[in-house]
Amino acid sequence: MANPLKPLPKNQFDFWQAQHLMVRAGFGGTPEQARALAELGLEKAVSYLVEYESLPSPPAREFDANIMRPPTAEERALQQRAQRDNDEALRAQIQRARQERERGDREQLREIQKWWMQRMIESGRPLEEKLTLFWHGHFATGYRTIEDSFHMVAQNAFLRAHANGNFRTLVHGILRDPAMLEYLDSDENRRRSPNENLARELMELFTLGEGHAYTERDIKEGARALTGWTFRDDAFYFDSAQHDPTSKSILGRSGEFGGDEFADILLAREECSIFICTKLYRFFVNDAPTLTSDDRLAITGLAKTLRTSKYELKPVLTQLFQSAHFYATQNRLAVVKSPMQLIVQAIRSFHCPSRELASLVSAGDLMGQQLLQPPSVKGWDGGRAWINTSTLFVRHNILVYLLTGHRPEQYDWLAASDDFDAMHLVAGLQRTDTPLDPKETVVYLLRFALGAEPRPERVTQLLKFLEGRGNRVDNDRILALLALISAMPEYQLC
Amino acid sequence: MQPTPYTRRLFLQQGITLASLLPTIPAFIQRSALGMMPALGMSSIPGIADDRILVVIQLGGGNDGLNTVVPFGFDAYYNARPGIAIPAPDAGRAGNAGALLLDAARGLGLHPNLTGFKELFDAGQMSVVQGVGYPNPNRSHFTSMDIWHTGRTDASGTGWLGRYFDCTCNGTPLPEGSVTIGRTAPLALVGDIQKPVAFESAELFRWTGSDLHPSLSAQYDEVNRAGTLDGVQEDSQLAFLMRTSLDAQLSSDRIRAAVAKQPLVQYPGGALANQLRMIGAMIRDGMKTRVYYASLGGFDTHGGQPGSHGNLMRQLGDAVRAFQNDLRAQGNEQRVMSMVFSEFGRRVKENASNGTDHGTAAPVFVIGANAKPGVVGTHPSLTDLDQGDLKFGTDFRSVYAALLANWMGADSARVLRGEYAPAPVIA
Repeated sequence: MANPLKPLPKNQFDFWQAQHLMVRAGFGGTPEQARALAELGLEKAVSYLVEYESLPSPPAREFDANIMRPPTAEERALQQRAQRDNDEALRAQIQRARQERERGDREQLREIQKWWMQRMIESGRPLEEKLTLFWHGHFATGYRTIEDSFHMVAQNAFLRAHANGNFRTLVHGILRDPAMLEYLDSDENRRRSPNENLARELMELFTLGEGHAYTERDIKEGARALTGWTFRDDAFYFDSAQHDPTSKSILGRSGEFGGDEFADILLAREECSIFICTKLYRFFVNDAPTLTSDDRLAITGLAKTLRTSKYELKPVLTQLFQSAHFYATQNRLAVVKSPMQLIVQAIRSFHCPSRELASLVSAGDLMGQQLLQPPSVKGWDGGRAWINTSTLFVRHNILVYLLTGHRPEQYDWLAASDDFDAMHLVAGLQRTDTPLDPKETVVYLLRFALGAEPRPERVTQLLKFLEGRGNRVDNDRILALLALISAMPEYQLC
Repeated sequence: MQPTPYTRRLFLQQGITLASLLPTIPAFIQRSALGMMPALGMSSIPGIADDRILVVIQLGGGNDGLNTVVPFGFDAYYNARPGIAIPAPDAGRAGNAGALLLDAARGLGLHPNLTGFKELFDAGQMSVVQGVGYPNPNRSHFTSMDIWHTGRTDASGTGWLGRYFDCTCNGTPLPEGSVTIGRTAPLALVGDIQKPVAFESAELFRWTGSDLHPSLSAQYDEVNRAGTLDGVQEDSQLAFLMRTSLDAQLSSDRIRAAVAKQPLVQYPGGALANQLRMIGAMIRDGMKTRVYYASLGGFDTHGGQPGSHGNLMRQLGDAVRAFQNDLRAQGNEQRVMSMVFSEFGRRVKENASNGTDHGTAAPVFVIGANAKPGVVGTHPSLTDLDQGDLKFGTDFRSVYAALLANWMGADSARVLRGEYAPAPVIA
């Protein structure tokens, strides 16, 4: 069988391949950006996206680290007094103060959600944000359990800092991450009463995959290796008094292992590289319910690259994004857009206004993807799980909102849709003194918005619409066409 | 057009956010839609009809249980609440009405505005479970609500009713199995497989693009109601999306047609009555939905409680009474059971603002023609308190267990992941 990771012949990397690359290795872009990327050629285009460190980073933003800080000595004394004196009023006062802080923290979380959303929309390093979202789903941690927005944003910064870096660094770092340690109860993993939660998920969800290579006994032993791994305020803390230093036996190896040795034993397994590359493949290439033998061959090749590079991610991403397999017809319209992909791709590719960020965050929630609040430690299932009749209307309607900014109660749309000039999308078709050709426009818009050759039925359907509306092309009609295209079943795919 | 030169800022898209002054979420993206997949019946359970319906009514904010089911026979109640206590049934006076008599022997009454509940109780259609709560109560709205929704005291995992569907659906979600009227889907209804249909207004449960121009509707329908197209492989992502798109359109048609009908009885005004009216309409329409979810907020009465709480009690009692009347007029009253709960009750002692702070145990109401009428459990002691709060008598999962096992015919231990003796609330 041919090697599916063989690079795409250089001369085949054109506008449409560049557009596919932008969509998958980021959140899409305008026709102008696709043209610029195509001009770079395959290798430079991929390295532009993957090796983004030299590009300007969006400005940093500070968040309050102290909203949920541990109580001061003074506050602790007050609590003790309320307890000792059975002081009802004081107790109520302390409770109210706590509720006030929790309210402030939830408010900050909403700010962080909006900030990240905006970052995905605006960043000049789209793959950085896309990978951060990937790792957020992989090392899934949810705010509602830990109730500390600063720990969430600190974890987000950690994942971003290593998003295209080294997977081993990510694993070792996440085991020291306060949000994760709290989420998976590591703060309760003590020598005398080990808590297996973190050890189990480290094997099952973060490195090896469920049921791969390990047994329940390995989990118990691994949990002992992680005893005492906890945090104080905003930092990792190794509580040696709670750590079990005696010998452990994990996956057939024995020693007085701590958390780092435990992690390295898992990383040394071939299963780990395959597990991670399967997940990356599902995220970037196709998430159909079953993989073909070609798909599996590609995954095996990527896993080998990951092992050879000692878990460096850039070689894997580069190999993948340069491969002919990545651009193959069977891998177009093969990934169900996540809610974030749907929203951010629409804004970045149509270059429409992003409207109200809070609305976009809420729409994400309704479509099943609330940032910093994945449904469980398993993260988001993705693929078909994104789609049901509950989410489809939200998906359709958020696009109408993005394209027009109009809410349904405001009817007079054709007269007042001037806040988004969509003509730039078809600028490449414009010839001096000739009006835009309806058919040419429809075919181009379909192909651009869907990222694949349009089906003939769709061309006919949209032409029929234009025929009933004077058979000409202007901004309003382009917006109408985009509204219809974005409501097509295939628009949910990329 | 000139090709864009290669710049270091190829992807930078700053400045396209139009910050709005109003951070409100447009209503039209707040409702979503329905179930999923082609219709597939619920496997029926021997002895239990498979057309039974559960309606959950959530009182958000922490309803003051002691001013809802009033322990007028206890001095400690009046000592703890000199400003806001409800007088005994025979001690009311102008401007401060007495409780409605519930159980003279136990010294219990209902808030004077709960005339709707009083009627239902007297008609033998209501079970009042006293002192419902759970161990180590959590006084955060957020966490305690999650505990009630998940049915787990660590507040983690899927919703209890989501699991009910997951446990009975053989891996395929039941289309329109659960429906909630509201802005977001309550966690209680979210399972691994089953997801609820959620919409705030049925009129907005559809493609809003058709409002842009009427001529768009025809093409939208053509695109979304095809079901499939030539050459699309049956197991492809595209085929899956086309099927789901068609289902969504059909669900939208069905629900909008159902709620557009005039109800058989008059409903009062207010948010809860409006939700129950829509639920009544969907039941009447014969939808296959097994669980409906409605909610009423505003129960966080830290200050000036008597007025605001009184209004909420009036709304609650009147709305539920109208709903029961509607079900009777439809001939559906035997099929429907409702449960009314809140995430916690409030402290025994009133605070300095004529209100009450977050507390613990509170009553739960189970309402329906097949409810086992009466008062269940003993009233929690008003003097033997845990840090000023009531000690619970009935675990809330016992109420869930009764609804699951004795009403819905489900394996409650499997759904609740533990054995809880069903509370005697179903006839």
